[in-house]
Amino acid sequence: MIHFENVGLRYGTGPEVLRDISFHLPAGSFRFITGSSGAGKSSLMRLLSLAHRPSRGLITMFGRDVATLPRADLPALRRRIGVVFQDFRLLDHLTAVENVALPLRIAGVKDAEVLDHVRELLRWVGLGDVLDARPPTLSGGEQQRIAIARAVINRPELLLADEPTGNVDEKMGWRLIRLLEELNRLGTTVVIATHSESLLRQFDYPILHLEDGELHQVARPADVLP
Amino acid sequence: MSRRRRKTTARSPLPVVPFGRGGTDRFVPWMIAPMVYLATLALITALAVGAMAERWEAGLTGTMTAEIPAPQDPADRDRLVEAAIRVLDDWPGVASAAPLDEGRVETLLEPWLGTEVPLGELPLPTLIEITLAEDAAVETPALAAALDSAAPGTVLDDHGRWREDLRAMAGTIRLVALVLVFLIGLAAVAAIVSVSRAGFAIHAPVIDLLHVMGATDRYIARQFERHAFRLAARGAAAGLLLTCLTLAGLSWGLAGVDRMLLPGLALGGSAWIALALVPVGTAILAMGTARITVLRALARLP
Repeated sequence: MIHFENVGLRYGTGPEVLRDISFHLPAGSFRFITGSSGAGKSSLMRLLSLAHRPSRGLITMFGRDVATLPRADLPALRRRIGVVFQDFRLLDHLTAVENVALPLRIAGVKDAEVLDHVRELLRWVGLGDVLDARPPTLSGGEQQRIAIARAVINRPELLLADEPTGNVDEKMGWRLIRLLEELNRLGTTVVIATHSESLLRQFDYPILHLEDGELHQVARPADVLP
Repeated sequence: MSRRRRKTTARSPLPVVPFGRGGTDRFVPWMIAPMVYLATLALITALAVGAMAERWEAGLTGTMTAEIPAPQDPADRDRLVEAAIRVLDDWPGVASAAPLDEGRVETLLEPWLGTEVPLGELPLPTLIEITLAEDAAVETPALAAALDSAAPGTVLDDHGRWREDLRAMAGTIRLVALVLVFLIGLAAVAAIVSVSRAGFAIHAPVIDLLHVMGATDRYIARQFERHAFRLAARGAAAGLLLTCLTLAGLSWGLAGVDRMLLPGLALGGSAWIALALVPVGTAILAMGTARITVLRALARLP
């Protein structure tokens, strides 16, 4: 489903922050991206979310060559991807329901068809009693689950999560990964960027390990962790 | 924990971009209101002057004036006037011709000469007011020549110079007003461009989020254009209200002024419609400007 071949990325005229990245993600797979701060995890996530295009190399997603795709075709492709941001990036002036409904509104789904679907999903992530609450009044864990609900409401084929457990305690983090595993079982390809060793030890999925902008290995946790 | 018990309803959704939070857009209505006020006043001036000029021109069309100079011997005056009248009565296209009576001449000259001067002793020319038949085409040079031969020195005035001056004056005022409206429109566009750019920068994180979620440029631009429309419409309505109040005040203040001094500030129905279209046009202009500005900024994103 996703194919990177000798991909490089630089911002403006700066140095390359990613160099010669090559890997393949089959549909329905589950991967961790690891690496120290500044290794290029966030940049790789931005490439995967189509927020940026590569400076060089070939990226094929959903059968399309991203580098040469017309700009007008990118939004439709982005709607097949769900993103959970490290800082949630919920809109504070909207309720939980409105935040989760946002991708559907963007996709042009009529409001009447949105509400039931959104309520059902929020109940599924355990937020059935805060449907009309605004993010600033909710706990970090609740906000995190709203962010996940928003990322999956469109039933994306690819789900990207950047440090999804960074703002919650260990128990909540474990529950969130279990939630993402459930989505993965339903067919969604999941990619999680994290530097949490405990998370990597608990969940034995392949790792894309970045070091100084280069992808060093695709390995199992036991091969990477000390 | 009332926040947890509130019932979700299918109310209309809030704007996705949180406009009005720390932005400069709240000043837009305050900028637009005086612009619309000035533009509508300029437009009213242009329309009123145009209507006034039309009325004046209509008054001058279909008439001519013949001016017979005062003869050396005052006894010849009546003979010359009669000769000129005979020519005019026989001339095709002339409906009537009659000399201005002394009373009217005195009234016309009173502002310049006062009431103390004995007008009868002055060598004043005789004026003949000529009324033309409807749709008549009178050959002015031939008539002037015939009058000159009947009463030597007679000058025929078909008011063409006055009409041209009137047209030129009305055209100039109309042009100045239109330039003013254009410049005000330009200022409004510049203000909306500036505010839209500032809004784009302030709400960059939200725009980036929408972008990553797969929002099209048109979807994002629509958020800004609707907001710009609402703000501009609010300001334009206030500006128009101010104009109406000014007109009402003028109408009340000038109620006692002589109609000779202010002959025609009345506007027709189409003028009022044009006036009402100014705020609508302003709001649409703001919407289009915001749309183009945001689309151009979005085109720079990946």
